[in-house]
Amino acid sequence: MRIAGKGLIDTSKTVSFSFDGRRIEGAEGDTVTSALLANDIRLVARSFKYHRPRGILTAGSEEPNALVTTGSGAGAEPNVRATMVEIHEGLEVKSQNRWPSLGFDVLSVNDLAAPFFGAGFYYKTFMWPGALWEKLYEPLIRRAAGLGALSGDNNEDRYERAYAFCDLLVIGAGPAGLMAALTAARAGADVILADEDSRMGGRLLAECEEIDGKPGHIWAAEAVAELAGMENVRLMPRTTVTGAYDQGTYGALERVGLHKAADGHLPRECFWRIVARRSILAAGALERPIAFPDNDRPGIMNAGAVRAYLNRWGVAAGKRVAVYGNNDGAHQTARDLMDAGVEVAAVIDSRKDASVALDAPVITGGRVIATSGRLGLEEITVATGSGQERLKVDCLAVSGGWNPTVHLACHMNGRPVWDEAIQSFVPKAGMIPGMEAAGAANGVFSTAGCLADGAKAGEAAAADLGKKASKTKMPKASDSAYRLEPLWVVEGKGRQWLDFQNDVTVKDVRLAAKENYRSVEHMKRYTTQGMAPDQGKNSNVGALAVLADATGRGIPETGTTTYRPPFVPVSIAAMGAGAQGKGFAPQRFTTSHAASVERGAPMIEAGMWYRPSYFPRPGEKTWRQACDREVTMVREAVGICDVSTLGKIDVQGPDAAAFLDFVYTNTMSTLPVGKVRYGLMLREDGHVMDDGTCARFGEGHFVITTTTAAAALVMRHLEFVAQGLRPDLDVQLVSVTEQWAQFGVVGPKSRDLLNDLLDAPISDETLPYMGHQAAQVMGVRGRLFRISFSGEHAYELAVPARFGEALYRVLVARAEMLGGGAYGMEALNVLRIEKGHITHAEIHGRTTAFDIGFDKMISRKKDCVGQKMAAREGMVEESREQLVGLKPVGAVKQLTAGAHIFVEDAQAKRENDQGYVTSVCYSPTVQSFLGLGFLKNGRARYGERVRLVDHLRGVEAVCEVVNPVFFDPEGGRLRG
Amino acid sequence: MRYSGFKVFTEGLTGNKGWKPVWRDPEPKSEYDIVLIGGGGHGLSTAYYLAKNHGLKNIAVLEKGYIGSGNIGRNTTIVRANYFLPGNSEFYSHSLKLWENLEAELNYNVMHSQRGLINLFHSDGQRDAFARRGNAMINQGDDAILLDREGVRQHLPYLDFDNIRFPVYGALFHPRGGTARHDAVAWGYARGADMRGVDLIQNCEVTGIDIEGGQVRGVRTSRGVIRAKKVAMVAAGRSGQVAAMAGMRLPIESHILQAFVTEGLKPVIHHVVSFGMGHFYISQSDKGGLVFGGDLDFYSSYAQRGNLPMKEHVMEAAMTLMPMIGKARVLRSWGGVMDMSPDGSPIIDKTHIDGLFVNCGWNYGGFKAVPASGWAYAHLIATGEPHETAKRYRLDRFRTGRGIMDEEGTGSQHNLH
Amino acid sequence: MRVVCPHCGERDRREFTYQGAAEILDRPAPEVENDAWADYLHLRENPAGETRDMWYHDPCGAWIVMHRDTVSHAVHGGELASEVRK
Ligand SMILES: Cc1cc2nc3c(=O)[nH]c(=O)nc-3n(C[C@H](O)[C@H](O)[C@H](O)COP(=O)(O)OP(=O)(O)OC[C@H]3O[C@@H](n4cnc5c(N)ncnc54)[C@H](O)[C@@H]3O)c2cc1C
Ligand SMILES: [Zn+2]
Repeated sequence: MRIAGKGLIDTSKTVSFSFDGRRIEGAEGDTVTSALLANDIRLVARSFKYHRPRGILTAGSEEPNALVTTGSGAGAEPNVRATMVEIHEGLEVKSQNRWPSLGFDVLSVNDLAAPFFGAGFYYKTFMWPGALWEKLYEPLIRRAAGLGALSGDNNEDRYERAYAFCDLLVIGAGPAGLMAALTAARAGADVILADEDSRMGGRLLAECEEIDGKPGHIWAAEAVAELAGMENVRLMPRTTVTGAYDQGTYGALERVGLHKAADGHLPRECFWRIVARRSILAAGALERPIAFPDNDRPGIMNAGAVRAYLNRWGVAAGKRVAVYGNNDGAHQTARDLMDAGVEVAAVIDSRKDASVALDAPVITGGRVIATSGRLGLEEITVATGSGQERLKVDCLAVSGGWNPTVHLACHMNGRPVWDEAIQSFVPKAGMIPGMEAAGAANGVFSTAGCLADGAKAGEAAAADLGKKASKTKMPKASDSAYRLEPLWVVEGKGRQWLDFQNDVTVKDVRLAAKENYRSVEHMKRYTTQGMAPDQGKNSNVGALAVLADATGRGIPETGTTTYRPPFVPVSIAAMGAGAQGKGFAPQRFTTSHAASVERGAPMIEAGMWYRPSYFPRPGEKTWRQACDREVTMVREAVGICDVSTLGKIDVQGPDAAAFLDFVYTNTMSTLPVGKVRYGLMLREDGHVMDDGTCARFGEGHFVITTTTAAAALVMRHLEFVAQGLRPDLDVQLVSVTEQWAQFGVVGPKSRDLLNDLLDAPISDETLPYMGHQAAQVMGVRGRLFRISFSGEHAYELAVPARFGEALYRVLVARAEMLGGGAYGMEALNVLRIEKGHITHAEIHGRTTAFDIGFDKMISRKKDCVGQKMAAREGMVEESREQLVGLKPVGAVKQLTAGAHIFVEDAQAKRENDQGYVTSVCYSPTVQSFLGLGFLKNGRARYGERVRLVDHLRGVEAVCEVVNPVFFDPEGGRLRG
Repeated sequence: MRYSGFKVFTEGLTGNKGWKPVWRDPEPKSEYDIVLIGGGGHGLSTAYYLAKNHGLKNIAVLEKGYIGSGNIGRNTTIVRANYFLPGNSEFYSHSLKLWENLEAELNYNVMHSQRGLINLFHSDGQRDAFARRGNAMINQGDDAILLDREGVRQHLPYLDFDNIRFPVYGALFHPRGGTARHDAVAWGYARGADMRGVDLIQNCEVTGIDIEGGQVRGVRTSRGVIRAKKVAMVAAGRSGQVAAMAGMRLPIESHILQAFVTEGLKPVIHHVVSFGMGHFYISQSDKGGLVFGGDLDFYSSYAQRGNLPMKEHVMEAAMTLMPMIGKARVLRSWGGVMDMSPDGSPIIDKTHIDGLFVNCGWNYGGFKAVPASGWAYAHLIATGEPHETAKRYRLDRFRTGRGIMDEEGTGSQHNLH
Repeated sequence: MRVVCPHCGERDRREFTYQGAAEILDRPAPEVENDAWADYLHLRENPAGETRDMWYHDPCGAWIVMHRDTVSHAVHGGELASEVRK
């Protein structure tokens, strides 16, 4: 019910939205809950397990009950706290976890079965018969569980991430936070003030209190205005600090566009990473409920929330309200309600000696022992000193005291300490390096106290930051003491709810203790207490008290469960913003990319680069046809292939040769200038890390290549060796992968093609196999290497990357004139398999030089990385799986990589496993399928027939074990 | 006390007054035949099988916190038998068989749910590597199916199939893979061990290991000295510290692995889905939370908590392949201390000290190993001989270079897994 | 998490690659026997508390020996590996 003249919002501006299809009118500035309460709607949700009717408990992000779904279709957001949703025209709100309707929910029958559904009951049943778990029990449980539903559609909204740095992050803009920010900012510190509310002021917006003789909210507005006017201050409303991490890093979630209709432009949310030299936790305190029988009915609310709805939004949460508490704060609720003309049926103070100066019926030493009302509170029963009294009320405002919001302070494993006076936990100094708590978060509960504590923390932070704060003039405010007498549980008939969201009762916690789940963590995990969306914000302290009592320990001894980030749940879309679509990993394009795409080549990813898979020509229906043609073209004429993606590292310095001797297994210091050598690198564990070529350009100058995928890894490794293992060597490394575009010119007509382009022609004499030289290509200075991965007479021509595209187009055009053309990765793969060359399919991290038949390449004359470990007995045993070629015996339809190898007539099971196939192709050259694989003791088994079994694809083939070099084993073509 | 649906029913009718403690809280005795250091999954299952399979009685499990306070209660609960290297294949295959009968074995519902594990791939090369793995699984007698793109679509219609960078080519499907309720596994084994006379001693930190003449004599603890004929280390992430008490260094680095759970949601993800290229995997708990995780934070740590870079990376991976879950909200994140071995495979072995045994190196995959590890470790402790399924998990494999099990192919030295 | 590069100052953790304990710098001579070599490569102190470990700062290419705490995650600072080894 809206009360005319109350509240801080302008009720003349109506805004309408829908709740479960019903049109609701609220006012600008309303949240969904304030608007619902203004319309006398109390039933908002159903609980998780028993589908109990639930209403609104709080006015903040800790809300456990009023979780709703907003929006629809792909925009639907489940489990939104209705307390935090600012209404806007057209907003759709739906209740959750009910069927067919909120008022009539079939699964509320669960509530009747509650005696059988106690804590952990599922660990004790549903075990027989075993097969029914997946088929029956689990689907039933799953369907009943869960709260809201995801739409199932892909996210279509924008989310963002951003970074900020500051001297001081102030978390919370209540009186303490505002004072802290003002003090530090006036001293010149660079301050960020973040508050999760849309409006800054904290409790000052919810209370009728005066500061410096004016209403608290006016004082807050003035403080915010002063801060907003300072250049060294950034205000971040609607921003919840969600986590505290190492080195002053904080996560924060800003609701950027959630309070407006989605317009596609404004991001919905932004996830911030804020790095702050200091921080002040001024996040206030959260009121806690009391566990009395049936304390979960809609209409039973936290007293502070009742005041907030009244004072900020001008809404009375009921027509006839009772107030129940164990502390003086509760009285304020009655006072505010009466001042607003709302009927207060009773003020029930559990303390016998409480003095209540109110013009309302007062019951001291009273206890609420029962409540009734099916879909909302109708009546309460109060045990008074002398008997029982029944009161007809539609709202019960409850206060069990306040818990400082210590969560962020505990994110680094620090445990808060028990404060007997306030019967709650407070942060200890130093839990988060650089963070101090102030105000209610620090256990200081009066307004004057909060202002002073905030100022003190602000001064201290400024001083830490090397700034001097001038003496702060303290505003005048009330300094009433906070007095309470602990009250956790009220016995009586009916269940006393602790965790509203997970439907955990006092009885559940007691059962856990009885069954010896006595550790607080056991109790939590067994009962699910505190594991719901509010992470126990409303219930943990109360549950601890119950456990402490049940196990005969004190609360501090019982200890808390661990506080974990995030403080409020954070959407995956916000924290992972930017990745959807193509942001997750980079795409790298070679200079020939456009030319390849123009030729219709499907581009496939190769170590972040994109490379053409094949170049279809008219009439070709399958990739195989194109591939076969390209292979034949290379073998018979000339093919062009962009090999720029191979890593290229320039190695220079007087000790460059010695350095390379140390990182390669073979010797590079003996390589003459103008020559290229194949090189093998091991990890220190003796396995093959990578291979490539090494070209010598001068005494102290080499350029080496790496495989595409390992480029960054090898660079890092070489730097490690240079800086960490061999700082005695004078050598410098720089990656030049992107500086050079490099193209393979491959095939018997390769030299003819090049000689048409080069300013000075080459011959076998001037550029023999494994030679390289500087080359002028149509006036551009380049590098020419005579190396081959295909077994053909071949070159690689490198030019500065800016000439890459032009050169590629020229090369392909010339090749086509010679009966050749461009070829892609498929053909490249066939060519190298025909030649028995290995790639990452074979150098898969587990192979040794011995396995691939290269152990002779490990020079014994010098030390090198991996040499020692490669010599361990188990690394060079004949029984190891060794690289072999596999050639079908007779006609086969297919060979498959991933098949396992068996002796021809052995059963295909692990015990008989002899090895596996790594690469296969159809070779148009050899006119057969070919395979490479690893076979136990393989090199001794050439000529043996083995069976390849691929269960998954249903393929079997008998092959002969052969030398892996299928084509031109003498290498005549390379040199020809 | 036997648990059953009937018992739950009768207790429900009588006010749930008859439930008994799941385990005792005994005072530590001054001497045991066998002391296990660490009350995690592996320690508890070892104790259980020592009692059950070998009829041994005089056993204590010493746990510095509460039972199950370590990784057993922090993992993402995936249970699978999809390894391909000999040594791992038979071990995890054995484990899965034990899982399949665990409820009946323990009379405790660990909610083992064989909902199927789907490992996605995005290139021909990855497909072949997965084919090799899948064939190994079948050779071992386990199950595997190679799904093509359309096959994946039938199971997981919500993926971004045409993601530019990671288009879905297909997947390796392991129908018997799934999840289980982690705490229940610890509690079920604990209860079973306690019922068979094992003393579970909580809040008892081992601070020293007494060795005389090359023979272990017992341990020193926060609750006094306890003599023992055999001492078995099972301290997972804390293995390094415990071994140091015996003057040993282990091939272990401890790292942080984070995990995440969202608020409860109605069922949307019905399998365990793994996007290996993004180091992302996910399943949905029976309570409705999406449970997911990613890669190590990648710095050695004992803090049981992680940092934003990896959190954001994991969320990015989620948005890359599953933009459908963008509006799910992460409720809680946590971390566990992982005992990372050089080759990514575990160690179950004797040490050079008589009577001192070691079990560690579970990396991020030791939850599914809990039954088989306990089985094999109990066998080793009781008989002195390695169990058939675990005889390759030797400590000396790094010295001999024989039988290194690097499933990922990233290397067998630290920080590559 | 923020990590310190001697060249570049305090930077976000995402800019670094981690490589484990600084024990890796104590590479034995080639004539040392195999077992000692294997122990060098595999066995670790793995301390809970103060540690020195290897970090690579990708943008500038520096290998850094970082002084850190594995329990509190405090980063005390780092030195260039090339300096440490000199
Ligand atoms: C985030 C995360 C996700 C994971 N996901 C999976 C998964 O999906 N599937 C999977 O198979 N595995 C997973 N794992 C790995 C798995 O959880 C672990 O490998 C496994 O739990 C380790 O064995 P444990 O249970 O015995 O360890 P723990 O439970 O850690 O047990 C070790 C125990 O030793 C105790 N201890 C240590 N030192 C001492 C001492 N000095 N004295 C007494 N007690 C001591 C500890 O307190 C602890 O309780 C994951 C791990 C994490 C952290
Ligand atoms: Zn740097």
